[in-house]
Amino acid sequence: MAERENILHKVRTALGHHGSSVPEPPSPPRLIVPSWSPEERLARLTAKFLGETVRCASLDEAAAFIAARVAGRSAVAANHPLLERLGVMSLPSVRSGLTGRDESRDGCAESEIGITGVDYALADPAALVMLSSARNDRLTSLLPASHIAVVEADKVLTGLDELFTIVPDPAEISSSMVLIGGPSRTGDIEMTLTLGVHGPREVCLVIV
Amino acid sequence: MAATFHETIHVALSDIKLQQNILTATNRFNEKRREIVAPEALPDYQELRSAAHAIKKHALDRLDSYLEMLEGKVREHGGEVVWCPDGEAAVHAVLSIARENGVRLAVKSKSMVTEEIHLNDDLEKNGIEVLETDLGEFIQQLSGERPFHIVAPAMHKTRGEIAELFAEKLGMARNDEPTELTKAARGVLRQKFLEAGLGVSGANFLIAESGAVVLVENEGNIRLTTSVPRVHVAIAGIEKVIPRAADLAVFLKLLARHGSGQPLTSYTSFLSGPRRSGEINGPEKFYLLLLDNGRSRILADAEKRQTLYCIRCGACANVCPVYRRIGGHSYPGTYSGPIGAILTPQFQGLGFESNLPFASSLCGACGEVCPVKIDIPRMLLALRRDVKEAETRQEKWRWEKRAFQAWSWLMRHPRLFEWAGFFGRAFVWPEAEGKWIRSLPGPLNAWTDTRDFPPPAEQSFRRLWRARQKQRSPGNGKSG
Repeated sequence: MAERENILHKVRTALGHHGSSVPEPPSPPRLIVPSWSPEERLARLTAKFLGETVRCASLDEAAAFIAARVAGRSAVAANHPLLERLGVMSLPSVRSGLTGRDESRDGCAESEIGITGVDYALADPAALVMLSSARNDRLTSLLPASHIAVVEADKVLTGLDELFTIVPDPAEISSSMVLIGGPSRTGDIEMTLTLGVHGPREVCLVIV
Repeated sequence: MAATFHETIHVALSDIKLQQNILTATNRFNEKRREIVAPEALPDYQELRSAAHAIKKHALDRLDSYLEMLEGKVREHGGEVVWCPDGEAAVHAVLSIARENGVRLAVKSKSMVTEEIHLNDDLEKNGIEVLETDLGEFIQQLSGERPFHIVAPAMHKTRGEIAELFAEKLGMARNDEPTELTKAARGVLRQKFLEAGLGVSGANFLIAESGAVVLVENEGNIRLTTSVPRVHVAIAGIEKVIPRAADLAVFLKLLARHGSGQPLTSYTSFLSGPRRSGEINGPEKFYLLLLDNGRSRILADAEKRQTLYCIRCGACANVCPVYRRIGGHSYPGTYSGPIGAILTPQFQGLGFESNLPFASSLCGACGEVCPVKIDIPRMLLALRRDVKEAETRQEKWRWEKRAFQAWSWLMRHPRLFEWAGFFGRAFVWPEAEGKWIRSLPGPLNAWTDTRDFPPPAEQSFRRLWRARQKQRSPGNGKSG
């Protein structure tokens, strides 16, 4: 506790404050939400997302697409209700229902493909938004070399400003919120772009 | 004996390969940044810069309250806060956390703050293996070097050099294809992620109202570092605090654009404590280490407080004519480039390397590109003033001081100034005959070391001016 008082005292002295106080609030956050139609959001998302995007007209179409992608390759699925509806859990090479910490980690580490739902997608800048929960864990979208994410069209927001309008404090909901802008990448070797350094080398967003 | 700043610079300037590497890499960064903040790409760019500056100013002007708020929230979400007055305290804290949790292997993501406190060395000395997981940092760690650039730690190395390094240290067959090198690193590091008992990260932002740390990256190593091991320790300078999550709507639009020319990095993590019930994975324990290490002292200086607004994007280094010639390793201290030139003197004292604020042409490029509008050129001038004030109190600078006093007296007496000029031209420089002067005598030689001095003009400007005035209005008896 001595260190805490030491630092706070130095900071207070530096600022000319005396004793503890509640800060006067900052001006309202700068959040400007554009008024784009759903169609426009989808157009921007598919144009700008750095991974692959696939628009499906129906749940059946999406289910077929995923089945084809996964065929013959080992996969792990998060415990997401949307994936249930798409019949992902019953595909032969897909492991699911992993709820224990260790089995989840091992299952993801051993699979080529990770399949998840998302909480939101952002149109511009294009990104997926995933809050860690029982139905969307942290590792399914991270350990396998490929990531397939499914989003419902009405969950596509305009961008960061709308996200923070709807979710002003992600910490109230989950210990982890991640924005995924594309596959894992690096330019650390001679500024040459290489994909799949630690995270997935490819991301495919299925919009249904 | 360690080389002086001048010696280091001379070595860097004569290394042609280094020069080429830095220029190629920084050109690339600059091109991408220019494109991505252009009006077509980011119409409210200037507004965002002002907003970012204002948010940082607000937060730091009330840092005491925000730090208390942050601590309360972190604890509410199940984490612990450790207050570290200096680097030693921080290292000590990491060591005891590691020991308490039986840690033998730690994985680490890129963090300038951990460089600042020399964390790796101390952990290794105490029997804990520490692995850098960012590819560039991993490369630097293998070769025993410091990072070369805030954003691109190994940008000075060619693929050939990296291939040699991997062949030697990882037992990899020599192959300089970046995809193969990356695959090798991925394989080695993936194993370590799964084995490690501790993940150590920095933080790009600390959100006071949420009790959260925000981290941006492209590789995925930060997500792994903060999600797989049982314990996550985040170390951050106290100046990283911003008030609310919503403020990220401003900062996230600026950081990646300035750091790597992207609208967003591949991953942005918003982490608030250990995993909660119902969540399947995530750390069991979370510690936030708040580091002072001289920041409260900079905070006390109202003139230079804005130095703390820095979000470590590296844009200033990429445009700096000095950095682009001498590179990151030439700068003493942890931080390089223009931000390093103003941070290091404030962290380590003016005397640590008194030349730092002078290693600048004051071109102003850094201030123009800074996303949070830190007036770096003004900070450099203020530091120069501080250095000179401290120096002129010393006896050895009394001649310089007297010379300037004489000069300033002469400048305040225009007629005497003019006669001095006339005598100078007539008697001191007759040999010049319109030729440039290759070297000036005595200490003035420092001036002509790398440039020639122009010869005096035939007529002084004052004479020319008077003559022209007479030509224009012959009857007007006003003199110049």
